[in-house]
Amino acid sequence: MAYLELDRVAKQFGAQTVVDDFSLSVGKGEFISFLGPSGCGKTTTLQMIAGFLDPTRGAIRLEGKDLTAIHPAKRGLGIVFQSYALFPHMSAAENVAFGLEMRGVPRADRAERVRAALAMVGLAGYEDRHPRRMSGGQQQRVALARALVIKPSVLLLDEPLSNLDAKLREEMQIELRQIQRTIGTTTILVTHDQNEAMSLSDRIVVMSQGRIEQIGTPQETYEKPASAFVSQFLGKTNDFAGSIDRTATPPRLVAGSWSAPAPAGLNGAITVSIRPERIGFGEAGLSAKIVTRIFQGNHWLFQCESECGPAIVIRQNDGTAQPAEGEAVRLAWRPEDMSVRARASA
Amino acid sequence: MSAVAEERNARAPWALTAPALMLFIGVLLIPLAMTVMLSFHDWGQYKGIEPVFILKNWREIATDPYYAEMFWRTFRIAILTTLLTALLGAPEAYILNRMSGRWKSFFLLVILGPLLISVVARTLGWALLFGGNNGLVNKLLMSLGVIHSPIPFMFTETGMVVALAHVMMPFMVLSVWAALQRLDPQIENAAMSLGAGPITIIRRIIMPQIMPGVLSGAIIVFSLSASAFATPAIIGGRRLKVAATLAYDEFLNTLNWPLGAAVATLLLIALVLIVIGSNALIERRYAEVFR
Amino acid sequence: MRRNGPLALIFHTIFVIVMVAPILVVCLVAFTPDGFLSLPTNGFSLRWFRAIGNYPEFIQAFWVSLGLGALSSLVALLFAVPAALAIARYRFRGRDALAALFLSPLMIPHVVLGIAFLRFFTSTGLGGSFAALIIAHVIIVFPFALRLTLAAATGMDRTVEMAAVSLGANGWTLFRRVTLPLILPGVISGWALAFIQSFDDLTMTVFLAAPGTETLPVRMFLYIQDNIDPLVTSVSACVIAVTLTALILLDRFYGLDRVLAGKGDPGR
Repeated sequence: MAYLELDRVAKQFGAQTVVDDFSLSVGKGEFISFLGPSGCGKTTTLQMIAGFLDPTRGAIRLEGKDLTAIHPAKRGLGIVFQSYALFPHMSAAENVAFGLEMRGVPRADRAERVRAALAMVGLAGYEDRHPRRMSGGQQQRVALARALVIKPSVLLLDEPLSNLDAKLREEMQIELRQIQRTIGTTTILVTHDQNEAMSLSDRIVVMSQGRIEQIGTPQETYEKPASAFVSQFLGKTNDFAGSIDRTATPPRLVAGSWSAPAPAGLNGAITVSIRPERIGFGEAGLSAKIVTRIFQGNHWLFQCESECGPAIVIRQNDGTAQPAEGEAVRLAWRPEDMSVRARASA
Repeated sequence: MSAVAEERNARAPWALTAPALMLFIGVLLIPLAMTVMLSFHDWGQYKGIEPVFILKNWREIATDPYYAEMFWRTFRIAILTTLLTALLGAPEAYILNRMSGRWKSFFLLVILGPLLISVVARTLGWALLFGGNNGLVNKLLMSLGVIHSPIPFMFTETGMVVALAHVMMPFMVLSVWAALQRLDPQIENAAMSLGAGPITIIRRIIMPQIMPGVLSGAIIVFSLSASAFATPAIIGGRRLKVAATLAYDEFLNTLNWPLGAAVATLLLIALVLIVIGSNALIERRYAEVFR
Repeated sequence: MRRNGPLALIFHTIFVIVMVAPILVVCLVAFTPDGFLSLPTNGFSLRWFRAIGNYPEFIQAFWVSLGLGALSSLVALLFAVPAALAIARYRFRGRDALAALFLSPLMIPHVVLGIAFLRFFTSTGLGGSFAALIIAHVIIVFPFALRLTLAAATGMDRTVEMAAVSLGANGWTLFRRVTLPLILPGVISGWALAFIQSFDDLTMTVFLAAPGTETLPVRMFLYIQDNIDPLVTSVSACVIAVTLTALILLDRFYGLDRVLAGKGDPGR
């Protein structure tokens, strides 16, 4: 049963539609990411759940109750802001205690819960420190503790890690995932970082221009992108123009000199999408010439010029000899690794 | 920059600042020192200024209650003006900050623009509005039922405070505005998501954070009001003297320059001490939070 | 960002009305056809603007103010630009003290400055001269000229200069062809703001001005001391018009918000 439900939610600013027809069911304890480039409407959607913006159309329900009728101060959601929005004039403990105070939690009880919350995010002993005197990572943890200490029904994270450097971001991702697993709070993360979305979420909502492109597990969205946008946005991908010939027996899918039995359904002009790490060098297949070869430690990156346009190939560095720049190669892949979409014929 | 270049440039900043430094020593520091010296000179109706070193003027200021009353009036007006600007300017800055882009810059211009318009012209406006017992302000207040009989504004401290508060208001709004710009734009949302209502947000989240801005605005307004000349002179007339207008009279009417110099020196010292003292206090109070 | 409630908007409306009312009233009364002050005015006439022509001391004071503002701001810049460059670029001993000294005219009450200059110029024989006024005004407008130039010099990308040096520019050429054009918006705005400060100053100038070197604010002040009639409102309206022109100039070159935001320090 859906715990948090967004039903055909839309938001318009004047004539501009920022979010349209957004429907999503979130299960209790689930970790969902809204993923997309800036301006895709993901933060707007989050702000509508939080109550800082009212939806133009549609409904948001929490456990079946209409959330939009409740004032944001009464929704009981925990929010971690991109800027953290810590209260600079209050110490870490005072920041965390604020939400409890607003709920009228008795002082003694409050102190205990604040200590526990700070300990949970690894900040035991930092109670009296003021935010301006903490590092970005520490501020981020205080913000998380402040949001979690009120035992929110849903935790909303608005690009919480984007202000941290790469190494710290990775550490916080792991920690965030562990904390969320332990306490089981339903969580929605807004991010433009596909790695972050993939490593943290149970399901990803890929958004573009205010609309949902795909909802699925990280594997699904990566392996079986529902649209060209999703396949481009989630990692590198090769798009080759091809066609399906239903007159042949059996029908064949042809892309340059590469061909395979045609999948059911499609006909005519198509696009073949294939991840660079799923392409191998073989005896037969798309004929190509290697333009540049870049060594990247655990793998090699090849930029090729194929008969169907530029192609990227990634090969694991397993110690075997790799083709050199300028060498002619054949690109091949297993039919089950590619996704095929109809192409508007030019 | 290489060590050689650093060496060669060691004299450059002094060469560049030397003209300005000479100017300031020659026509600012020396005249100020001369004024302090002047305050120790003697003066008489017929003998004029006598370059001697006596404490006569300082003794007169210290003993004659007229001066105590005048300085007390000066600071009372400055304090009331400061309070008025803080009480009205801070909320206005907050309201301005919540407006949407175009309105915000328009009203900011309307409120800060007067800062650059002649003080004489602005005070003249108030003199016109006050204009005796049947001035426009009194008529308006009476028709609104705020007051029953006209309040005398011209030649009173009330009028001076109102006009001064108007003249100084842009400084307060600017100062609070600057403090508001440093606020995290999501801070109110954060407080709200934790369950805080509008009053709590203003009292617990906004006020403590803009307090340094209010205080530094207060210092500016106070020091400018305490040394204001045009507004007290026009609204207060010849009867109600403050430090600046008294010094003016001593210099240009009574011609007792040494006494005027003593009043001015005292005003300068008092203001410098108050400004430096309160700045230090504010900095210490907020050192932990605002660096 | 939350919206303002109705109460806040009522407060704001009253606030803005009170802020503009005195200025508006002056401009309104300036157009009165009556021979005396009356509020509200009935009718519209330019007679009090024409009347200014019968008072040559106002006309002369206007020219004195205009010349004084333009000249003193220019002289202040000649001193302020090199000083600003030094303070913006070098870390040397006494730098902070120098900056504090150069900004100190903002801290010192203008009455005190007026008295100090009066004493100084009378004892040097320059009392009441136009030259004395220029020197005094250079000091009081200096902080404004310095601050905007300093902001421009600090914000300037120094690698541009290094690029010019690597291409063979040096010394005066470097300053004239690269540095000055880059800081010019700040310099011009500094001039305009300094001009406004000089043009408006009463408190200090009232001590120094003698018949013949009276500035417009001084002339207006002395006039108001005796009587307030519509003539002084029409003069005020002209002053406001001149200031607004300078404001528009400032806005064009620099952005008024930036100029005003820089004025938050302890003022005069």
